[in-house]
Amino acid sequence: MLKDVTLGQYYPADSVIHRLDPRVKLAGTLLYLISLFLFQGPLALATATVFLILLITLSKVPFSYIVKGLRTIIIILIVTAAMNLFFTTGTVIVQFGIFKLTYEGIQMAILMMIRLVYLILGTSLMTLTTTPNQLTDGLEKGLRWMKKIGVPVHEIAMMMSIALRFIPILTEETDKIMKAQMARGADFQSGGLIKRAKAMIPLLVPLFVSAFRRANDLAMAMEARCYHGGDGRTKMKPLRYTAADRNAYLLLFSYFVAMIALSLLWTKVLGGGKLFF
Amino acid sequence: MSIIVNELNYIYNPGTAMEVQALRDINLEIKDGEFIGIIGHTGSGKSTLIQHLNGLIRATSGGIFYNGADIYDEGYDLRTLRTKVGLVFQYPEHQLFETTVMADVSYGPKNQGLDEKEATLRAVGSLNAVHFPEKHFYDSPFELSGGQKRRVAIAGVLAMKPEVLILDEPTAGLDPQGRDEILEMVSNLRSTQHITVILVSHSMEDVARYVDRLIVMNGGGVMYDDTPQAVFAHYKELEEVGLMAPQVTYVMHALAEAGIPVRTGATTVAEAKDEILSVLC
Repeated sequence: MLKDVTLGQYYPADSVIHRLDPRVKLAGTLLYLISLFLFQGPLALATATVFLILLITLSKVPFSYIVKGLRTIIIILIVTAAMNLFFTTGTVIVQFGIFKLTYEGIQMAILMMIRLVYLILGTSLMTLTTTPNQLTDGLEKGLRWMKKIGVPVHEIAMMMSIALRFIPILTEETDKIMKAQMARGADFQSGGLIKRAKAMIPLLVPLFVSAFRRANDLAMAMEARCYHGGDGRTKMKPLRYTAADRNAYLLLFSYFVAMIALSLLWTKVLGGGKLFF
Repeated sequence: MSIIVNELNYIYNPGTAMEVQALRDINLEIKDGEFIGIIGHTGSGKSTLIQHLNGLIRATSGGIFYNGADIYDEGYDLRTLRTKVGLVFQYPEHQLFETTVMADVSYGPKNQGLDEKEATLRAVGSLNAVHFPEKHFYDSPFELSGGQKRRVAIAGVLAMKPEVLILDEPTAGLDPQGRDEILEMVSNLRSTQHITVILVSHSMEDVARYVDRLIVMNGGGVMYDDTPQAVFAHYKELEEVGLMAPQVTYVMHALAEAGIPVRTGATTVAEAKDEILSVLC
């Protein structure tokens, strides 16, 4: 019932991308996002497209599986496109009352759609190829310098990994509780708002009781194994950069430079506009 | 009056990398008043199978017929089916939510549309049937012991007056005394209330004593479906799939191999004692 959300759920496969150090993937995603919002002109757009397709192919995650994740944001996409279509000032093509359809609006709408779609595809590619644990490990090590300015990096990373670890457990538990109550004739689907909210009580009470019990047990288990925070703690699988990671950084860097160069070439030398003209 | 399972298949996460065939080609007929044990290793599909019987999970292919009606027919009332085929899950913690035991047990009858008074009557009846002590009727279900919680959970399903009672691992996590009490109580329920009982377990010792038909599941399919004696005769094959026949089966086979002419069909300690005594005396 609750397992149909594919947006960003880890997809197990053995690929170059899966094996990369999580720090590379985090930095890469960030760089990709920045490049998406900086680029100008069709040359850079083509480069971003090729780069994304290359990464998806390398990751061995089926393309249809990644695209399924877009379904969840389709409404946001439509709203954004509509806003840009009708509220951008410029050369008017058609006018309905206060709504003006402009050349610039069409351009902006297309541009924003492309950006959002690429943004979702790029970020879900990261979460699809990186387990939550790797991700928090990468965050913890990558952001270690922030400890100097008083940010409790280890504790935040620990909380994040515990929270992420518990999502599937609690999802499964919710499913089981729902079934147990449905076996007693509970009805979660029909009725008005108040009736439905009331029907949630038999689901929420056991779920909360169990979440608290689990948290308590976990704290006890961590304490029994002498957990005392991040200081002096070693890792079972320490993160180390390999040759592949260095190459990946190099590739990312060249991609980013190329994006800037192509954008500049388009605007300064060829004298083009933001997207096409 | 029976449940018929026909060519049932169930696949988890079809079409993804996590695809697992949980059930394959299950064919069963469960008759009225039977006492059935379903046994299998973790992941053998036994829990998935019983959730099909009351329509909580919809099969990928195949059909289930309750009293001759196809439960996958459009317009079939699954909520009524669930009150007829009562399923008690393994963990009582997953269903207890009310402030008092009484209120919790009346939850099922109230969902059936019964009024407050009738639901309370049903609750008292089923709490008595599971031998739940009267002085705790208005205690919080969260403060009970594991065995008592399980009784309340069973009572919660029993209060809907099901025709079939399915219990998923009712003895998991209980001490030997609590285990015997629960099983004894279930066995009594079956004879006093004339209901069909399906007991899911991974312990042979538990079920051997009570059931008259044993279904062994392995890898999503039915491996054996016979009387306990006939199933335990395959004790070597059972071992290969990670299940153990009751200890007395091993003792009887060892005695037979040592040349003592005992029949090896005994499944409980009491039967084994009688058999050995009859040979020796």
